[in-house]
Amino acid sequence: MPAPKRFTIRRKRICKFCAEKITYIDYKDGKLLSHFIPERGKILPRRISGVCSVHQRQLSEAIKRARHLAIIPVISD
Amino acid sequence: MRTYEVVFVAAPTLTSEELDAFIALLQGVVDNKNGKLVKVENWGKRSLAYKIKRYRDAYYVVLTVEADGALIAELERRFRVTDHVIRFLSVRIDEDLKRSEKIKAARQKKAGRRPATVPRIEPAVEAAEP
Repeated sequence: MPAPKRFTIRRKRICKFCAEKITYIDYKDGKLLSHFIPERGKILPRRISGVCSVHQRQLSEAIKRARHLAIIPVISD
Repeated sequence: MRTYEVVFVAAPTLTSEELDAFIALLQGVVDNKNGKLVKVENWGKRSLAYKIKRYRDAYYVVLTVEADGALIAELERRFRVTDHVIRFLSVRIDEDLKRSEKIKAARQKKAGRRPATVPRIEPAVEAAEP
């Protein structure tokens, strides 16, 4: 019996911000930021979202600002 | 002079007239200190993502101000003093905007230099019949 082949699912990793040519991530845009905060309220890591490092830094700053202003929730539980 | 974005969250117990009066007061402060209030964005009442001081919703106001640090400090002092404001955040945005413009300009230049190339689709070569 042949050994089961292991498939690694490779998804294309595209930085959403590079693709949409967003040069400034606005902390006031809760709708945009909500794509990068799962239910728990944590910041989605880059290895999952595929965001490039430049934009991830900007994004995390924006999320932190938005949290302060109660635009998006802080980590719950 | 620097450009700042000052956001404050005001208590929902205020009437909209009181809020307008408060914004007018801030306008006066900015004018007094040689600043310039470029834009006032009133988002109105919005629900908060979590409770602040037991309030579930609040007014959001975004001010875009051309000012120096002293004026921002004065504005923040006023936010702390009044009971109206439950949260505030001031962010310097001129450098970010400048960088954003620079990237956009560079991108435009690049696009101009390289004429839009239409990807040529090679006609599928039919396999020669044996």
